[in-house]
Amino acid sequence: MSTTPDRPDGATWRGWGIDPSWSRLLDVASHDGSTYRWHVLDTGPVERQAGAEAPATILCVHGNPTWGYAWKTFLERFAGRHRVIAIDQLSMGYSERVALRRYATRVADIDDVVAALDISADGPLFLAAHDWGGAIAMGWAVDNVSRVAGMVLCNTGIGVPEGRGAPRIIRLAASGPLRDLVCRRTNGFVEGTVRLSGKRITKIDRAAFRAPYRRAEHRAAVADFVGDIPLRSTEPPHPTEAPLDRVASLLPSIEAPVLLAWGARDIVFDDDFAADLAGRFPNSTLHRFPDANHLVMAEADVARAVDTWLQSVLGADVEPRPAAAAPASSVFAGIDRHRDDVERIAIADLATRTTLDFQSFARRVDGVASSLIQRGLATGDRVAMLTPPGIDLLVAVYGVWRAGGVTVVADRGLGLGGLGKAVRSARPAWTIGPKPAGAASAALRWAPRATHVDVAELMSEAASKADDPELPASPADAADAAVLFTSGATGPAKGVRYTHGQLASQRDALAATYGITDADRLVAAFAPFALYGPSLGVPTALTDCDVTTPGALTAGALDEACCAVDATMAFGSPAALANVVATAAEQPDATWVGLDGLRLVFSAGAPVPAETLRSVAELAPHASIRTPYGMTEALPVADIDLNGIEAAEAGPSVPGVCVGMPVAGAEVRVSQLGFDAIDGVPGAVAAGQTGEILVRAPWVSEGYVGRWQAQRLARPGAGWHRTGDVGRLDDSGRLWVEGRSVHVVHVAEGPVTPVPVERAVERALSPNGDATVGRVAAVGVGPQGCQQLVVVLESATPSGLASPAIVDAVRSVVDEPVAAVLTMRSMPVDIRHNAKIDRAEVAEWAEKLLAGESGAGIARRRRIWRR
Amino acid sequence: MRVLVTGASSLIGVGVVTRLLERGDDVVTFQRRDVEALSGVVDQHLGDIADAAAVSAAAKGCDAVVHLAAKVGVVGDRRDYIATNVGGTRNVLDAATSEGIGKVVHVSSPSVAHDGTPIIGGGADPAIGAHGAAWYPETKAQAERLALAANSSTTAVTVIRPHLVWGPGDTQLVGRIAERAAAGRLALVGGGVALVDTTYIDNATAALVAALDAVAPGARCAGRSYVVANGEPRPIRELVEGICAAAGVPFEPRDVPLSIARRAGSIIDRVWPRLGRDDEPPLTRFLADQLGTAHWFDPRPAREDLGWSPEVSIDDGLRELARWFDRAGRSTNDAR
Repeated sequence: MSTTPDRPDGATWRGWGIDPSWSRLLDVASHDGSTYRWHVLDTGPVERQAGAEAPATILCVHGNPTWGYAWKTFLERFAGRHRVIAIDQLSMGYSERVALRRYATRVADIDDVVAALDISADGPLFLAAHDWGGAIAMGWAVDNVSRVAGMVLCNTGIGVPEGRGAPRIIRLAASGPLRDLVCRRTNGFVEGTVRLSGKRITKIDRAAFRAPYRRAEHRAAVADFVGDIPLRSTEPPHPTEAPLDRVASLLPSIEAPVLLAWGARDIVFDDDFAADLAGRFPNSTLHRFPDANHLVMAEADVARAVDTWLQSVLGADVEPRPAAAAPASSVFAGIDRHRDDVERIAIADLATRTTLDFQSFARRVDGVASSLIQRGLATGDRVAMLTPPGIDLLVAVYGVWRAGGVTVVADRGLGLGGLGKAVRSARPAWTIGPKPAGAASAALRWAPRATHVDVAELMSEAASKADDPELPASPADAADAAVLFTSGATGPAKGVRYTHGQLASQRDALAATYGITDADRLVAAFAPFALYGPSLGVPTALTDCDVTTPGALTAGALDEACCAVDATMAFGSPAALANVVATAAEQPDATWVGLDGLRLVFSAGAPVPAETLRSVAELAPHASIRTPYGMTEALPVADIDLNGIEAAEAGPSVPGVCVGMPVAGAEVRVSQLGFDAIDGVPGAVAAGQTGEILVRAPWVSEGYVGRWQAQRLARPGAGWHRTGDVGRLDDSGRLWVEGRSVHVVHVAEGPVTPVPVERAVERALSPNGDATVGRVAAVGVGPQGCQQLVVVLESATPSGLASPAIVDAVRSVVDEPVAAVLTMRSMPVDIRHNAKIDRAEVAEWAEKLLAGESGAGIARRRRIWRR
Repeated sequence: MRVLVTGASSLIGVGVVTRLLERGDDVVTFQRRDVEALSGVVDQHLGDIADAAAVSAAAKGCDAVVHLAAKVGVVGDRRDYIATNVGGTRNVLDAATSEGIGKVVHVSSPSVAHDGTPIIGGGADPAIGAHGAAWYPETKAQAERLALAANSSTTAVTVIRPHLVWGPGDTQLVGRIAERAAAGRLALVGGGVALVDTTYIDNATAALVAALDAVAPGARCAGRSYVVANGEPRPIRELVEGICAAAGVPFEPRDVPLSIARRAGSIIDRVWPRLGRDDEPPLTRFLADQLGTAHWFDPRPAREDLGWSPEVSIDDGLRELARWFDRAGRSTNDAR
């Protein structure tokens, strides 16, 4: 053991630009039973200002061979606004010199010092770490995921990036005898590190960095640190290898935002390490400092970048969501209202020919909740629902909710790969499903840390517990309830978070919009919609149809389901309704008794051709045909019926697809295309002008799972959700959708929205609204800002240039110049709705075709050219 | 303003001179042969652009130069291309510098930056002139580099690359397409799907005059290159079909796959000179790339920096072309 260097005096601190009052010694009880004296630079607690966000704490962990001084710019910049604590690790800086401490011990040391620092739980905790300190901080973070609001990592790493060896200079320094010479006996390592920064740090900085390491006895840990790097697979394995591997494997669980602030000239922790880390965290942003070397925080204005990043992360500039009126009742209201009713059907599953009355449904839900709690389900645990649609799924979902769990519902409509990715992204603690689903999810590592619950077992347990009323209170409105997934048609599927209150508000909005009462009975031809039935308290029938192909629903199957519950309402996807119409046409003499009783048919998920709706109206003559507009993140937003669609389509030209008036309780705003959400809530553009569509309603979802960036960009503040759609509000307040913002074509003259172009072409080529043309896609080719507009038609003819007659017809109805009109034999669409065109793929195909040579050819030539 | 226009006998040359005269500029031309259309209205200097003294004499007293003179083609002696395109440009730049002429518009070609790969919304990339044995792009690239290097605080030089100019009277693009189609020898490379931008003649001449007005010491366009085109790329098949329709000739193209066209072009490149022929070969590697791959450009730099935008659309241009063919046809018949 060696002696600890003396702490500098006040004048020295001041000379270094450090407020002497920041320097504190702290006796910390260690996990190893001893008590060690730590040195920290601590700007001290900051009082919360009225109306402002709680100040943050930034805990800074230095690397080797530096000390807390490395964070001087952070201390200076944030003092008074946030609490910055730059610790000196044990045996480093001015902390006590102790015996050799390996990686895992140092991670535990952080736990000790955090406990002793009395960090406010009111404000968020951020970690900032550098070099080997980064690995240590990450080690602490993976076991304290819920405490860490964010991390700033500077030139560090957790493992050697794939496909390369350890940096040569470190290997050299780490090799036995040389290590002692370079790191301890001489000040070579300290000096070398400081020198790397050249003139980018001052003479004062250099002196301060060297100060605690002037004597060999103070430098033992410098050598120990280097020796603690597991460089290659050795036998026996290096003691630090396993803990590091474990931390690396857990990094994806850190959902909090991570800022990688990187000195790009570092030859040890170079860009490969930054990319490696970026690939491990779900929410990282990289900020490179091209001229800075290893000691990036001292060399470049990292603190300022962190300041901006913090403001955006903390949402100090985000207007809070207005407090919503509490929903009339909980999601369980419908069940509770009828829980003693043995006559009333809760669910009728036409696929399995089983029905369940409300009393049994309510008891099973309670039984499932009780059983799950007994198995150890804790409030807030995420539960992946791998049970196929049917009665068991509905019982399980309500049971999980009742137990305080959060359902993760990803449907097969995402495709198997998409489903797995979706489940994995939500990191469920539990999976509920049949045995094969459990085995598959384990084998495919969808939920590697989850406990699988066999659904059949759960249901029989639930039945035996049905009389056990010992359940905790229902979850509060603010508690998380569900993670639903976007279709992934417009990017990777995102997990959308809903609270209980938001789900209940959504149910109330649907009930209000469609006048749903206890007198109604629902047929859900789109499985996810069946979930609303019990909450609404209405009998719900599931159609006999393969859930993976909603487009296979026949008129007979729909009619049968309607009869089963004497339905008043039916919900179907556009593809399902199209097939109902098609199969009904094959049986012109059939009478549809069930359909005849419907007062309401609704269809949502993708645009529905008016002509399909007209045909549906003929099958269900007493029904009002409605199509709600909304998205996974917010539904309903607006609503229109067939008459409304026909009135909107009557004009000579249409600026998109009319989705009707905003529903009661929802506000719609159209703002400047491409606005920056970080700047706050954008103003509205004038009526009739195209812009991005925003919505605000109590039932707008809470946010996204593991997609901090996406969430921040979708939520400019004050409860507004950016839908990602573009469109306009007309003079009479109707909302028109003109496409997705990512599909807007940016030509030299400005933005062109795709849907008005597509609608104009569809109307021109099939004037009666008959489906004489297939799908139409308006896409851009070429670089943003000077794209060319290309119209692609789905057609049975060979893919390529359209005939001159079609080209002329298209150009004559499109206001913007059309560079080319192409035909495509089969257009890529999403799996879930079988309707949303993958315009990005169409655009890529068109660009390749119009380039004149195959994409492979282009890539090959580019490679050759680069050589 | 007294403007020297070199290479004024070309379609673009006559167009530029006409525009300048119409707005009251004083025009001096320099070209090999007397141009009937210009005689009496402008001061014509006849000579070889490679003759420094002759160029210098023509530039005397001028305020601006539009340098169009060039040797165009795919056959012939490389030395001739160098003498005219590189030497000629050097002479023009030297004359402009020594005469203290403040405005120089050097007319170049997008081919100087074309390496055979598709150009999709491209910019005016640096002149590389790396297209095998094609002397024209090579020497025009050298000339462009000279022109940009000559830009100074007293003599401002801007470079304009008009892309595939066509219109009434055009013997290059329109003439050849019409001729081949009439002879039943029309071929499209790769089905003619490549998206290609072109420039209607009136837009090209307007762009050169706009460049002349915009260029000045310190102006944003000084020392820069711009591609000028209609900004309306079309699949090449559509353009060729449109030209055939305007010319009243049948559109019955054969389709040549791009890979075969490239191979054939490469062979012809090597064989043609040895045959001792001085006419234009039916296909070259350069032409195969030009006809078979996309080339269209970002229109914004030229529009923003030169304050120019095209006034005649492709469709209007084709109508104009049809009228011209119609008149030409009638006059031929009348002559009979």
